[in-house]
Amino acid sequence: MVVACCFGMIEVVCVEAKDIQSAGLGPVTLAIDSGSCTGLTGPSGSGKTRLLRCLADLDCHEGDVSLNGASRESFTPPEWRTQVGLLPAESFWWSERVLDHFPYKQKPELDSLDLSPVVFEQPLRQLSSGQRQRLALLRLLANQPKVLLLDEPTANLDQDNIMRVEALIAAYRNQHRCCVIWVTHDRAQLERVADRSLTMANGRLDGDSS
Amino acid sequence: MILLSPLDLALAAILVLLAAALTHWMRVGETRPLLIAALRTVVQLLLIGYVLKAVFGNVHWLWVTLLALVMLIVAGREVTVRQSRRFSGGWSLAMGSTSMFVSVFSVTVLALTVVIDASPWYTPQYAIPLLGMILGNTMNGVSLGLDRLTQSASDKREIIEAQLMLGHRAQDAIASIRTDSIRVGMIPIINAMAAAGLVSLPGMMTGQILAGSDPVEAVKYQILVMFLIAAGTIFGTVSAVWLGSRRLFDERQRLRLDRLI
Repeated sequence: MVVACCFGMIEVVCVEAKDIQSAGLGPVTLAIDSGSCTGLTGPSGSGKTRLLRCLADLDCHEGDVSLNGASRESFTPPEWRTQVGLLPAESFWWSERVLDHFPYKQKPELDSLDLSPVVFEQPLRQLSSGQRQRLALLRLLANQPKVLLLDEPTANLDQDNIMRVEALIAAYRNQHRCCVIWVTHDRAQLERVADRSLTMANGRLDGDSS
Repeated sequence: MILLSPLDLALAAILVLLAAALTHWMRVGETRPLLIAALRTVVQLLLIGYVLKAVFGNVHWLWVTLLALVMLIVAGREVTVRQSRRFSGGWSLAMGSTSMFVSVFSVTVLALTVVIDASPWYTPQYAIPLLGMILGNTMNGVSLGLDRLTQSASDKREIIEAQLMLGHRAQDAIASIRTDSIRVGMIPIINAMAAAGLVSLPGMMTGQILAGSDPVEAVKYQILVMFLIAAGTIFGTVSAVWLGSRRLFDERQRLRLDRLI
């Protein structure tokens, strides 16, 4: 799959998955180009989350996955998961302090998501689910992944913050030429963010509707 | 030493029966298990009494080894059945037995050869009771530690995986659970050492005193035994929890809770 992009360069496939099969999933084959965003919809339980977990190598499965042509086995698991970043629908935190969750305790840029620096002072459980969800995105981006697997990244957010998150991800995608898989139930959001969208049903990709 | 007659034991048994009647009357519901356990005490201890008498009479390393192995297998089984979530495919038994074998046997052999220095060093009168006490306590530590490990890993699955997703190594992601599990396994022996002599008189020392030993000599043995138990328990718990925390992940560092039943 080769597409010419706006700079006139030849763009290569970023992440490629072949015959992914796991409990209730697949076989699924897909390829996503660098700098593109693929929307993924489908009824609950159709295997969207499972597919993302397989791509991030969190669940056992059959099939091969590669990143920029390099097979997953050539990466150590931590290397792979740093490059192929999964943002789960619900964020979980292992320490009481926000900064403990960022690499080298580096403070992230908060303005783009309308978070105030107060979040660094408060214990995590006092933050709203929306604040935690936005922080989880910043936590993921701090790793500078080459692939973003986003599982309903705006589910708990109000309209303003949905727009901020979409803008931040778009900016990150442009800057890093990363590819994105964006799971959502929101058709209008897909229209805004995705270059193409795929539908899952019963563990399989249904059709390619660009 | 005052010898006990069957009548003396029968009197003590009547006390247990009275306690059983009380719990039955109060509908606590543990009457049957209580009676069965009391009966098991009588049968098992009488049996081991005769076995020990026979082994003490024929000092041979083969008998000592055989008895030690039986004790180890029973302890391994006990560790396994005490897990609310254990590893499938006999892994709990294997990990529990391996870690107990390594720690208990090395501590016991060291104590027998270097500290007590009986001749021969495997003299069953020393070897078997020492092994039994160290093994019994290590078994507690190992089963508490493994139980906490598997329980916490299941409860905190999302937190562990959140760290994996961000590129943390599996052993880093489970590090706090691992240290917590080791701590849980160590607490009983720390408490026992801290309370020894003040709140409780340890059973071994009490037994020696009842049998007519000089209290100070009994205390010396008790200190030795306490230290051996502490070392054995901690080495055993650390290795069992370490093995368990490895088994929770596969070669791609995925959390494999499907390995638990």
